[in-house]
Amino acid sequence: MLNIKDIMETVEMIDKENLDVRTITMGISLLDCIDPDIDRACQKVYDKITTKAKDLVKVGCDIEREYGIPIVNKRISVTPIAMLAAACPNEDPVKFALTLEKAACAVGVNFLGGYSALVQKGFSAGDIALIKSIPQALAQTDHICSSVNIGSTKAGINLDACRMMGEIVKEAAELTKDRDCIGAAKLVVFCNAPEDNPFMAGAFHGVGEADCVINVGVSGPGVVASALHKAPDADIAQLADIIKKTAFKVTRMGQMVGTIASERLGVPFGIVDLSLAPTPAVGDSVAYILEEMGLEQCGCCGTTATLAMLNDAVKKGGVMASSRVGGLSGAFIPVSEDAGMIAAARSGALSLNKLEAMTAVCSVGLDMIVVPGDTTAEVISAMIADEAAIGMINTKTTAVRVIPAIGLQVGDELNFGGLLGSGPVMPISTLSPAKFIHRGGQIPAPIQALKN
Amino acid sequence: MRAIITVVGKDTIGILSKVSTMCAEQGANIIDVTQTVMQDMFVMVMMVDISTMTADIGTLRDKMDIMAANANLKIHVMHEDIFNSMHKI
Repeated sequence: MLNIKDIMETVEMIDKENLDVRTITMGISLLDCIDPDIDRACQKVYDKITTKAKDLVKVGCDIEREYGIPIVNKRISVTPIAMLAAACPNEDPVKFALTLEKAACAVGVNFLGGYSALVQKGFSAGDIALIKSIPQALAQTDHICSSVNIGSTKAGINLDACRMMGEIVKEAAELTKDRDCIGAAKLVVFCNAPEDNPFMAGAFHGVGEADCVINVGVSGPGVVASALHKAPDADIAQLADIIKKTAFKVTRMGQMVGTIASERLGVPFGIVDLSLAPTPAVGDSVAYILEEMGLEQCGCCGTTATLAMLNDAVKKGGVMASSRVGGLSGAFIPVSEDAGMIAAARSGALSLNKLEAMTAVCSVGLDMIVVPGDTTAEVISAMIADEAAIGMINTKTTAVRVIPAIGLQVGDELNFGGLLGSGPVMPISTLSPAKFIHRGGQIPAPIQALKN
Repeated sequence: MRAIITVVGKDTIGILSKVSTMCAEQGANIIDVTQTVMQDMFVMVMMVDISTMTADIGTLRDKMDIMAANANLKIHVMHEDIFNSMHKI
């Protein structure tokens, strides 16, 4: 029989430490739905999603009930819609967003990602129209998420796209200012975007992917924090070992759930995203892990070092537990979704500058950060360019999901509710990078791109 | 197919009997039981064969949840595969 200690450890992880499978995301290719008649294309999109994903939520709930493991989200990612919009140049791409919304509601998923464009090396047909339509698409829908990839290590950074995205982020916030600017919270600007990411808001189904796959995102910051809490006097290498072992167990569970889900849905298993994704629930925080390692509060000196170790140990532990690893894989630091980060941002311990440094060593980027509503579009564009530069040079994914809090100032707060949480407006430099941003053009690919 | 039932609570008369009666009623065959009392807390881990059950594991869990709430216990019913995947390489 199994060891009683192991059994009680697992029960405790689920019962007290918020261990869960964060998301089962079905990736669906829409390449076969491309049609010059937008109404026909929309019908094909609706039919394909509602056919492929008709049992997704049910299977997720069945597994949850049968195995006793919470599966928090059931979601869908689709081919970047700019590719479909390219075939209908004179139409408004928002039609696609409304179709996706209808399909998401019909199958009962809580988010659908892929209202996206990939423009790291330039705009092709459909890209500009789609990007311009993002604010309207996000304002008119509740379940649709959008992302734009504006840079990569191989291509460099599309500065024209950076400029546009600063304006788009502001407009998305403006159009939803009566709903806590939620539009901007559903929009991610990427550098080196992964094509198999199961996490929102940045999920889309890359063109190199199979027709339909199941990707799984695991979580468990509470489990890691609690494991570290039991070793108050361990040295840092011992802590790394504890994190590896914990990540291994958490990932094995994700691998198991993904395998079962893919069998039942008759869809190939894509990847497990080895992630530590926090939620606003107390005890489900990445910041608390860093504090457990010995920081007075997240944001103080030492934060980057502890986060680097955490991120690396999570990958090392997780990679052996799964045969198929992908997505973002690492620790997430979305400020408004992490109780410890919210507290640190409120008290002033955690600054935007520190967060930027942290993004160089963790899995994503400046995520769910609320800035003053009067922040100019150029400042947001430059923030995106800075973050993309970190990703481009370090050959890693970086992203920006900032929310300009329209009408609010430093000290005020936005409250999105649910998994998106709430966050204080953080101070940001108001000095103007306008001349740099308006130069336009392409930041050339770095020397790191020349690997062949 | 097997499930693991864990029971934690203040040690009182008849906990084992209540849980095993419920298993019998649902048609789950008890394969192994380990129990201990730490200070005055009762901790029991039970492995049951659920392939003979009339209803599904979710129903067994629901019934156990109701009983746990009435008897002031914490009862978890989980599929064995979870523990095997997490703790065995």
